[in-house]
Amino acid sequence: MKKALRWVILIGIVIVSIAPILPQFIWSFSHRWLFPALLPTTWSTEPWEYVMTPSSRVGEGFANSLAIAVVVSIFSILVGLPAARALALHDFRGKSAVEWLLMVPIIVPGIVATMGIHQVFIRLNLTDTFIGVCLVHLIPCIPYMVLVMSSVFANYGTDLEDTARTLGAGPLNVLRYVTLPGILPGLLVATMFTFLISWGQYITTVLIGGGVIITLPMVLFPFISGTNYATAAAVSLIFVAPAVLVLFFTSRQLGRESSVMGGFGRL
Amino acid sequence: MSSVVLRDLTRRFGSVTAVDRLNLEIESGELVAFLGPSGCGKTTTLRMITGLLLPTSGDILFDNKSIITVPTEKRGAVMVFQKHLLFPTMSVGQNVGFGLKMQGIAKQEIERRVDEMLELVKLPGFAKRRAHELSGGQQQRVALARALVVRPTVLLLDEPLANLDANLRLEMRELIRSIQRELGITTVFVTHDQEEAVMLADRIALMFDGVLQQYDVPHSFYQRPKTVRVAHFFRNDNLLAGVRRGEVIETAVGQLRIDPTHVTQPDGKVLVSVRPEDVQLTPKLGDSNCIEAKVLLQVYMGTHTQIQLDVAGHTWLVHGPAEWHVNVGEMITLQLPQARIWLLPTA
Repeated sequence: MKKALRWVILIGIVIVSIAPILPQFIWSFSHRWLFPALLPTTWSTEPWEYVMTPSSRVGEGFANSLAIAVVVSIFSILVGLPAARALALHDFRGKSAVEWLLMVPIIVPGIVATMGIHQVFIRLNLTDTFIGVCLVHLIPCIPYMVLVMSSVFANYGTDLEDTARTLGAGPLNVLRYVTLPGILPGLLVATMFTFLISWGQYITTVLIGGGVIITLPMVLFPFISGTNYATAAAVSLIFVAPAVLVLFFTSRQLGRESSVMGGFGRL
Repeated sequence: MSSVVLRDLTRRFGSVTAVDRLNLEIESGELVAFLGPSGCGKTTTLRMITGLLLPTSGDILFDNKSIITVPTEKRGAVMVFQKHLLFPTMSVGQNVGFGLKMQGIAKQEIERRVDEMLELVKLPGFAKRRAHELSGGQQQRVALARALVVRPTVLLLDEPLANLDANLRLEMRELIRSIQRELGITTVFVTHDQEEAVMLADRIALMFDGVLQQYDVPHSFYQRPKTVRVAHFFRNDNLLAGVRRGEVIETAVGQLRIDPTHVTQPDGKVLVSVRPEDVQLTPKLGDSNCIEAKVLLQVYMGTHTQIQLDVAGHTWLVHGPAEWHVNVGEMITLQLPQARIWLLPTA
C-alpha cells in the first residue's frame, strides 16, 4: 500500500515536470497543428533546421549565454566563497547588515536595480559589453552562492581543519585535502544554481547588453511574441536543456539530509 | 615527547578574560587533566598550546624552548577534538596516515605504520573502511591512532570520553592510559568530570573562571584541597567554623584535636573539613574528637547510606554502611579521625 502510494506520487511528479515540456517537443517537429487535432497534421524538421542556421542567431546566443554563465559562476565562487565562510564562521561588526544587504537583490526586482546600474555603467563604458553583462548577472547570483555556501561552511565547521593543522598540514594542504573535498558537493550545487540564474537572465541582459550582446533568452523572445510556436518550441528545448542536466546531476545533493539546502531556509 | 611549560599564559576575548595568568609545568611523559566546569578556560588553554589560538600575553615552552612564534603545523602538538573526529572524504587508512603524508613520508612506510597503529588501537584490518561505517567508539580510536602515528611532542585530547556511552568510556579510558604509558607521550586532556580526571591523570589542573585553583596529584584534591571551592568541586561540603590554637581547634561543638604535621593552615580562624567517607559513625568508648549531630535525612545508595546531618548549623553529608538505620531528628555521635581533619581557609 505504502509502496503503491510512493509510485503514484513519483509518477505524479514526473508528469508535472515532464508534461509541460512534452507539447514543446511535439511543437518543435510540427508544420501544421491546428485545433482540434490532437497531434500535428503535418510533421517537419524545419524548425530544427532553421535553429541550426547562423541567421537564426541561436548558435550565437547559446555561445554567449554559456560564456557569460561560466564567467559569472567563476566570479560568484571567487567572491562568494570567502564571503560565505566569513559569514558562517566568524562574528564581526555589521554582520547582520551584510546578511541583510545580501538578501536585497533577491527581494528587489532586478529591473529596478538594473535601471540605476545602467546609468553608472554608461559612465564607466560598461554598457553593451560582455563584462558589463557578466557584472550585472553577478548581482542576483552572488546572494545564492553565499547563502548556500555559508550553510555548507557552518555545517562543516573548523574542527577538521584544525585537526589537520595540528597533524602538520600547512594552510594550503588544509585547503587541498580537507576544506575543498569537504565543501565540494555543496559548491557543485551552488555553482549550478548561479549558472542557471545567469542562464535565465533576460531584462538585465537586454538593458546592459543593449542588444549588442545576444543571449539565448533574447533569441527566444521574438519567436514567442511572433507566434512562431514551432521555432519557439525548438529554441525553448535548447534553453531548458542545461536546467534538466543540472537537476539530473545534482539531484542526489538536493536530498533532505544534505546541508546544501539549509541556506534556502533563510530566504 | 616533551615537557610543557605555561608561563603567565593569558587570553582575553574582548572584555572577558578566558585564561588568566596561567602557570603550569607538565613533565615529559606525564598525563595531565585540565579539569573544570564548562567555560573555565580549559579548552582555550588547549588551543593555545596547539597554536590554533594565540595568547594575549604569556609564553609557552616545549622542552624549555619558547614555541610561541612556531605555527601550529610545526609544533607537533596534536589535538583530538570532541566532535567531527575523522576526515569524512578519506578512508580509515588515509585518515591515520594523514600526518605522515604531510611529512612527505613514502607511501609504503606510511602503510606499514598505519597498520601498526591500527593494531595498537585494536582495529586491525580497518584501513580500507570508510569513516562513516565506523561506530562512535571506533571513530574515536581511529582519531587517537591518527594522532599517535606522528609521535606528537604533546598529545591534546578535548573531552575524549564525552560522547561515548558508559561501557565504551571505560574501555577507551583503559586504552588511553595503556597507550600513553607504553609510548610515554606527554598528554593533556580536558574534562569536566572529576572522576575521569582522578582515574586517568597523573596530575590534575583544576580551573575556575580562567584561573588555576590547584595543580596537584589526584589524591590531594580529596585529602588536601586548597579552598572551599575546590573541596566543593570534589564533593566535600562538610565544613565547621573554628579557631586553631596549636594542635587544638575550638568549635561550637567542642574541642577537636588535629595532626599538626598534616594541616597547613596557621593558627587563627579556620574551617574544619572531613570528607563524607572519613567520618566515623560508630565511635568506640574513649575516642577523641567525638561530636553530636542531628540527623536531617537518610538516603539508601545501594553500596552505602548517605546521611545528611546538622553539625552546629552546618549541613554535613556522611557515608554509613548500607544497612545502617537511624531516625530523622535523632541526635547521633560522630567521630572525626585526627589524621583525617583538614583545615581550609575561611572565605
